Amino acid sequence: MAVYQHDVVVVGAGLAGMRATLAAIQKGADVAMITKVHPVRSHSNAAQGGINAALTSRGDDWEEHAFETVKGSDYLGDQDAIEVMCQEAGPAIIEMEHMGVIFNRDEEGRLGTRRFGGQQRARTFFVADITGQAMLHVLYEQIVKARARVYEEWFVTSLVMEDGAVRGVAALEMLTGQLHLIKGKAVILCTGGTGRIYEPSTNGLIVTADGQSLAYHVGAPLMDMEMVQYHPTTLKGNGILMTEAARGEGAYLINKDGDRFMKTYAPNMMELASRDVVSRSEQTEINEGRGVDDCVFLDLRHLGRELIETKLSYINEVALDFANVNLAEKPVPIRPGNHYEMGGIKTDVNGRTSVRGLYAAGECACVSVHGGNRLGANSLLDTIIFGRRAGEAAAGDAQEVGESELTESALSPEREAIKKLMDRAPTSDTPAKIRLEMGRVMNEGVAVFRDEAGMQRALRTIVELKERYSRLAVHDKGQVFNTNLIFALEVGFMLDTAEAICLGAIARKESRGAHFRTDFPKRDDEGFMKHTMVTMGPRGPEISYTPVTVTKWKPQVRSY
Amino acid sequence: MRVTLDIGRFNPEAADPKPYRQEFALEVEEYYTVLDGLIHIREYEDPTLAVRCSCRASICGSCALRINGHAGLGCKTKLISVMDRNGRVRVDPVGNMAPVKDLVWDMKPFWDKIRAVEPYLQPEGPEPVEEYIAPQEAMLHLVGVMGCIMCGACVSDCTVLEVDKNFLGPAALAKAYRFVGDPRDGATKGRLKRLNEYSGIWDCTRCMECVQVCPKGVAPMERIMVLRDKAIAAGMHGTNGARHAESFAEMVKHTGWLNEFWLVPRTYGMFNLMNLNAMFAALPVAWRALRRGKLPTPLHPKREGAEHVRRIFEKVEGPKP
Repeated sequence: MAVYQHDVVVVGAGLAGMRATLAAIQKGADVAMITKVHPVRSHSNAAQGGINAALTSRGDDWEEHAFETVKGSDYLGDQDAIEVMCQEAGPAIIEMEHMGVIFNRDEEGRLGTRRFGGQQRARTFFVADITGQAMLHVLYEQIVKARARVYEEWFVTSLVMEDGAVRGVAALEMLTGQLHLIKGKAVILCTGGTGRIYEPSTNGLIVTADGQSLAYHVGAPLMDMEMVQYHPTTLKGNGILMTEAARGEGAYLINKDGDRFMKTYAPNMMELASRDVVSRSEQTEINEGRGVDDCVFLDLRHLGRELIETKLSYINEVALDFANVNLAEKPVPIRPGNHYEMGGIKTDVNGRTSVRGLYAAGECACVSVHGGNRLGANSLLDTIIFGRRAGEAAAGDAQEVGESELTESALSPEREAIKKLMDRAPTSDTPAKIRLEMGRVMNEGVAVFRDEAGMQRALRTIVELKERYSRLAVHDKGQVFNTNLIFALEVGFMLDTAEAICLGAIARKESRGAHFRTDFPKRDDEGFMKHTMVTMGPRGPEISYTPVTVTKWKPQVRSY
Repeated sequence: MRVTLDIGRFNPEAADPKPYRQEFALEVEEYYTVLDGLIHIREYEDPTLAVRCSCRASICGSCALRINGHAGLGCKTKLISVMDRNGRVRVDPVGNMAPVKDLVWDMKPFWDKIRAVEPYLQPEGPEPVEEYIAPQEAMLHLVGVMGCIMCGACVSDCTVLEVDKNFLGPAALAKAYRFVGDPRDGATKGRLKRLNEYSGIWDCTRCMECVQVCPKGVAPMERIMVLRDKAIAAGMHGTNGARHAESFAEMVKHTGWLNEFWLVPRTYGMFNLMNLNAMFAALPVAWRALRRGKLPTPLHPKREGAEHVRRIFEKVEGPKP
């Protein structure tokens, strides 16, 4: 074990984490980036379609982008934050291009765009259908160039407090199994989403709500956690994502009769309505018997082989590998699947949480720019805008913070907790069994259509699973690369966060964005145009509310 | 579907830490990948099995393994496509890298080599206010290389790395190509100069293994070949590799055939004193070839129809600039 000291500690090395790290380095801070996987393994990789920005220099209007984001959020997004994001988007795209992202070009060699859901104008910049990977690898290149300090394959198990402020993290070095203290005057959580709480999910196996739970345990509120996005086009079976860019390029959604059913639900925007709207439409088709094997179809045949092979080459490969479908020849069966968490650790536009010394950015944070429903291609934008802002704020604030007195002894509680997990005699219960039960019950009860009974059942199950978890033992007793231990810790994070999702969902007695209740099918601006906050109190989770910031756009009826 | 995974394992904390094999017989769905099988083992059979994995969709690059002796991604390989008649599949950690535990290996040397090629854009001149103007074809072409997910499959099966750990290797060289091929990059000359040295582009033996095993169609070897062309075109003739390629082509172009007698001295440089030792070292080989009647005479006359061969060259090379 050892003690390390830095100005700023960034947890997570996806787009938000690396952008925050670079920003803090540029501000002169000594930065440590801690990540449980190598940076280029981060799940930002899996973002396919693109990144939105209104380039005002070529006649686009950032306010139009902002309004569409507000409307997409079903008026739950904070409009001041949305304005910040949309206004800074243009320069941020240009900056990424200058760093080296190989964005698609138009005939004149300038950045080209494609259309995406919930927006009238084509303002999505892209690299084929691997935009996330392209951006992630370029940010890693910049991390290499900046010679940033990376603690690679280190797993953060808890935040360490001193005088009511976060002043470091406890982290497990996976190669050796040693627990270390990494002190920081500011800690930025950029740990991504919550996908593995659900089964199936488009998300990778590493997406386990780590940051949400870490922050929750030190008293930071989790906001709007009930807003869980189901992506309209995920593959049956393993739930792998088929990008919205397919529809952006003109693909159809059809039911078993070959009808483009979106004409019933969103006659103007059709397949490019907001994701929550499209997912509900699909689920309705399936529920009413117009699907096949719980799926409807994504049809790209009319787009032609050439377009598919150049602009959608990755999903073409995925469809072939995992569904045995050649997209140019056959429609591929798809269905709505868990994809993104709009809610997260409550922050301001500079990533500051309500706990001193703690910051958050990216999917684990809730600024809130996505509100009840995120527009496609706004998530990459969120990561680089608020990643940068959090990095700058943390580096600035860290200058005002004195040396911490923390010593290794701060690790004692953490060491005890891990020792308990390791020392208990193995039973037949495993982290995998607990996760699978959680995933299934969440996917049944807190999904596209929700009602009181289903959500209560999910919550009851989660509470039972937490009880089982308290007796869980790790089977692998080794020190080196003990993935069994890591998985057990991740399951603990997920259970905390799943409970917050259920509580937020049960308390919101209306339908808004991704939260659609069959028992309260209408949006209720009077009662619920407000953010849900779940905070860990002395006697368990507590729910409170905070108002939505409205600047220019009063709530209207939302139709596409 | 019944399948038996025969896994090459390693526990560094065992009393006697030696690699060993363990078999797991599983009942799985037909759509299961090798990775699905490994996760199934880890979750339900043996939680101590270590393997890196995340996305399950061939984009994160975590799960490179050797499957029946060849590198590939666990998540992209269906069990049904690789099992033998008895339902057996052999799974091992990747090659050319040190094992950490089971299927997890030490990636540090891999990343060190990526870092060695200065893997970041180095534009020249003042930054434009807006984006760099770049042709779409050039960008589309680069996407093919940028598709590299750094999984290490190519490095695992590289036959040069088996004998020389200093070789930069297919992944790092493909990464280098991504910048040399980028119209926005201004450091091409310097990059090529470094790649032209020992451990760089000329150490590839063109065995094609990296092209075969790459799960993303990056074709590292082909990129290395283009880097060689670019190095020669940039006036870097002074390597054995460049001399070998140039004299090979030159001989065929002028006489219609290759005379190996001259290939060796011309590869090392006829008057290159630095390479005298290497040339002497080749003498025993030459002697053995001579004894077996496999060394051509120094005479190198034009073959009949040589002018046709020459015309092919001229057509391929195009008009002299």
